[in-house]
Amino acid sequence: MELLSLSAVELSAAVKEGKTTAVEAMKAVLARMEETEDLYHCYLYADREGALRRAQETQEKMEKGELTGPLAGVPVAVKDNLCTRGIPTTCASKILQNFVPAFSAEAVVNLEKAGAVLIGKTNMDEFAMGSTTETSAFGVTRNPRNPDHVPGGSSGGSAAAVAAGECFFALGSDTGGSIRQPASFCGVVGMKPTYGTVSRYGLVAYGSSLDQIGPLCKTVEDCAVILEAISSHDKKDSTSLERKDTDFSSALVKDVKGMRIGIPRDYLGAGLDGQVKDAVWKAAKLLEENGALVEEFDLSLVDYAIPAYYTIACAEASSNLERFDGIKYGYRADAQGLHRMYKATRSQGFGPEVKRRIMLGSFVLSSGYYDAYYLKALKVKAMIKHAFDAAFSQYDCILGPAAPSTAPRLGESLSDPIRMYLGDIYTISANLAGIPGICIPCGESEEGLPIGLQLLGDCFQEKKLIRAAYTYEQLAGVQSAPIVKPLPAKGEKTDVH
Amino acid sequence: MANRITDEMIDYVGILAKLELSGEEREQAKEDMGKMLDYIDQMNRLDTSGIEPMPHVFPIQNVFREDEVTNGDGTEETLCNAPETKNHMFVVPRTFEQ
Repeated sequence: MELLSLSAVELSAAVKEGKTTAVEAMKAVLARMEETEDLYHCYLYADREGALRRAQETQEKMEKGELTGPLAGVPVAVKDNLCTRGIPTTCASKILQNFVPAFSAEAVVNLEKAGAVLIGKTNMDEFAMGSTTETSAFGVTRNPRNPDHVPGGSSGGSAAAVAAGECFFALGSDTGGSIRQPASFCGVVGMKPTYGTVSRYGLVAYGSSLDQIGPLCKTVEDCAVILEAISSHDKKDSTSLERKDTDFSSALVKDVKGMRIGIPRDYLGAGLDGQVKDAVWKAAKLLEENGALVEEFDLSLVDYAIPAYYTIACAEASSNLERFDGIKYGYRADAQGLHRMYKATRSQGFGPEVKRRIMLGSFVLSSGYYDAYYLKALKVKAMIKHAFDAAFSQYDCILGPAAPSTAPRLGESLSDPIRMYLGDIYTISANLAGIPGICIPCGESEEGLPIGLQLLGDCFQEKKLIRAAYTYEQLAGVQSAPIVKPLPAKGEKTDVH
Repeated sequence: MANRITDEMIDYVGILAKLELSGEEREQAKEDMGKMLDYIDQMNRLDTSGIEPMPHVFPIQNVFREDEVTNGDGTEETLCNAPETKNHMFVVPRTFEQ
């Protein structure tokens, strides 16, 4: 049995049937990492001995019947902005290089309760600020579908680890598309749930009103099962919602008859790569042929989402990242006097993209500019939310691409920040409006790079998305199984451009 | 570039953000911020009069709970992350100049 080609749900079933063990599964992942991690660099920290010990403990609990859920025994990778007790959590930043949390994020605790076994922590853009995983202070991650290209970001390490078979599934976080866009670039499934569905307790905050944790995985079935496991009402997160409808796997139904699907004209207009457009249209046609009612409509305000997002996200970031001052944790620069130490610590500890966003955020919140920028952005956000409300009175789902292109080559994006920000155009409004979105593979370009299909739903309508995505996946026979193929021979390692 | 960031503005932002920028970094920051502000100025094309600002998508008010201690004593674990400690306390550099 080729363990690494199994989905998370299939693996757990195989362990329960005695066909394999949680330890064998972890060993398979570690062996795979041994083979490919030098090239891909998906992980910032992998706790090999700990992982095997945890797998052994899980196996014993499964044999005693203490762990019976659909994720029991499955190795999982966690993005490095989610706190893990006793295991380093750096947010891919020099400023948190030596930070070891005293507690675990609620989503991680929920996964452990479900019997998933932590492998290690995945690479990301520093503090989740970036769209390529190239702003990490600890080196880039390469896209396993083509190592000359980026995996996307900011949850690039998580998406790449799933695509590379270096885990069975992973957790990411999505502030403006940071789960859905890397899922698209790496050819895996990724979902951002409705804001408040997954507790943010223990997630190092970037844009608190926008951040949500979600799964990166191989199949829509896995996605539903993982989301079901990590969703919870948590008193430790005051924005956490009490939902009774988190039985997401009940929506794994292959049927879209009568489902109303809207395609925003602006999502298929100027700036979209032709091959991505064709693949997305083909997916829409397939759903239509199987009974969905598909039509184009005008969503409006699409161009205003990015300016509003960067104003709000940077404002929140400037406030959230104030806590990194060299006192309680993390890096401290050697400087005389408290204020000089603060400034030196932050200036040396943060990378250029993080500084850029903190400065912009400080500026838009400053006296004299607050109304013109921050308050204006909150009004634009309200209008965007209203536009989605109007759309969802007509449609069950909104369908479109997750990104305007396939994964760019390494080194192409960082030189022009605004161009990088424009790549978030299809994902960002979901965070402003708090709505759920899923990305699933829908084909590949001539160069063999994956193309992602994004479905957006109204708040609390994850089940409609899961149903539509599951139906598409079954109809199209799309597989996002990891690439278990020979690597380039030694010496053929590609250069970073 | 419509938004010109002056030296005074970048110094002021540096104080707010608690960041100090070296010469080259400072020039780059001025240029980057100017470009970003030009870009986000697009929002001004949209008439938002009569629209209520939306800080949160759900009408969540303050959420209260009893202030009960549920975690144990995490002193050691917490302090072990600090750059410098003494007698179970964080050590900070001199706060007032002599």
